[in-house]
Amino acid sequence: MEEKVIVCDKLTKRFGYFIATNEISFEVNKGEIFGFLGANGAGKTTAMRMLCGLSAPTSGSATIAGYDVYSETEKIKRNIGYMSQKFSLYENLTVLENVEFFGGIYGLTDQEIKEKTEELASKLGLKSEMKKLVGSLPLGWKQKLSFSVAVLHEPKIVFLDEPTGGVDPVTRRQFWDLIYEAADRRITVFVTTHYMDEAEYCNRISIMVDGRIEVLDTPANLKKQFQANSMDEVFYQLARSAKRADS
Amino acid sequence: MKQFIAFVRKEFFHVLRDRRTLLILFGMPIAQILIFGFALTNEVKDSEILVVDYAKDDASQQIITEIAASRYFNIRNAALTHKEMLSTFQKGKIKAVIVFPASFNRYLLHNNQAQIQVITDATDINTANMITNYLTAIIKDYQAKINENLLVPYQIIPETRMLYNPQLKGAHGFVPGVMALVLMLVSVMMTAISIVREKEMGTMEILLVSPFKPVLVIFAKAFPYLILSLINVTAILFLSVFALDLPVKGSLLLLFLESTLFIITCLALGIFISIKTDSQQIAMLISLMGMLLPTMMFSGFLFPIENMPVPLQVISNIIPSKWFYIIVKSIMIKGLGIGSLWKETLILAGMTLFLLTVSLKSFKIRLQ
Repeated sequence: MEEKVIVCDKLTKRFGYFIATNEISFEVNKGEIFGFLGANGAGKTTAMRMLCGLSAPTSGSATIAGYDVYSETEKIKRNIGYMSQKFSLYENLTVLENVEFFGGIYGLTDQEIKEKTEELASKLGLKSEMKKLVGSLPLGWKQKLSFSVAVLHEPKIVFLDEPTGGVDPVTRRQFWDLIYEAADRRITVFVTTHYMDEAEYCNRISIMVDGRIEVLDTPANLKKQFQANSMDEVFYQLARSAKRADS
Repeated sequence: MKQFIAFVRKEFFHVLRDRRTLLILFGMPIAQILIFGFALTNEVKDSEILVVDYAKDDASQQIITEIAASRYFNIRNAALTHKEMLSTFQKGKIKAVIVFPASFNRYLLHNNQAQIQVITDATDINTANMITNYLTAIIKDYQAKINENLLVPYQIIPETRMLYNPQLKGAHGFVPGVMALVLMLVSVMMTAISIVREKEMGTMEILLVSPFKPVLVIFAKAFPYLILSLINVTAILFLSVFALDLPVKGSLLLLFLESTLFIITCLALGIFISIKTDSQQIAMLISLMGMLLPTMMFSGFLFPIENMPVPLQVISNIIPSKWFYIIVKSIMIKGLGIGSLWKETLILAGMTLFLLTVSLKSFKIRLQ
């Protein structure tokens, strides 16, 4: 039996009469790459915020790394990493200063930060760039750096919110190499994306429509089920039925 | 604690990297002090004035000595005809002429009334105004001195058209005013902008997902500005003592404690603004229009509050900088201690507490 790191049961979030996330239930295994798909406004971000402990659910239950999303958000935060769709490092700090800062607020020791810095520099090939301002790096490098910082403290789960927006295909491929590497280290990756080629890279994916999880399976099974050649077609068939407008 | 230090360190990097921020932080207070300081003192200092003394009696000589003793004027004696006087003015060498009529002292003793003519070069209106005011004040001083032991007071009437006299009274009120202004700007605007910037850049989300406590995020963001503001207070005081010869009469420690209190008030305001807004521009506009403008208008720094209509006087009471201005002025210029300022201090402390509570409360609501 695989260890479950995310367990959601009928998780719901209402804003007044609007039900942003409607009784979603799913489980994610340790070390899995889980694709969380859906059109804009389908409720992905709201769901993700609840899972990260940023927003309290209206009803339902969920545990992240074994901790309850209502009462143990502090413990959850210690065990997750997060990378948002907006680029999330400080542009007017150097690469080194960014690493030191995020290592610092996650409570790593100076020794750990030093080791991590060296490891990161050689892995990303950034050794000569460590003292450069992050703002001066190309976007692709920034994204890779951002991901490396999000998993700096070896979290159990890393949440990636559209991490590859605006990045060229080659860099995206390299980015996914980093993701696979993290998964090999048994870090669970929870990722949202609008690129359907990326969806194919995931172990399993769910597709949200109008606040509900419509389907959840491996990409291969989904293509079979919808008699489609690509994930693009699967997504299109589902998203077309959505009633909610783009939010 | 280590987390907090890492955060504050990052915050200092932000400030020190941004030239514009640095310029506002340290250039502005220095520029303001120098502009206000020398605009007010330099022009009138050592002004050349001409004395035409037709009386040459005790009273006229004593007044001339008093004028010469002040550091504002250099006196040149001369007996001139009206024509000669005009040509001297035209050359622009002198700023003013004082004429004592013949028998000045006799008029004063027998009629209890005498006149002095003060003629100023009004091509530069401000200078003319100030010289007239200063001269009038010196003459009034003398008048008060000779009237001390008399039942029927003597009256010397300086014959001049510019009689109002606000400058001499509030000549140094600008240092406390600039202090309130600068602290408002640094603490309110900078804090608000720096917090809102994190929201705009998306880094706030990253911070909130981290185990670093949200309340600590706010405190860590505000803390560097407390330090920078205190450095600013020190710089302003340093300039006012050494460049402007305006010593701090009261307790320096008390002054710094009161400044810290006011800075915290401002930080709380900045935090409040940053929670309510989502863009740097709006945060800046609100800080400027909502905080800076009222500070200029209602602190009593530029416009005396006593002269305002009653509704405006009432409004001025809710402006924190008004109370800070009173406190600083009292400590610096009058040398008062906490015994006379506890009321103002309490009001300021109350405002701080209120603002902190409100902003921390709304911050928590936002997180839900």
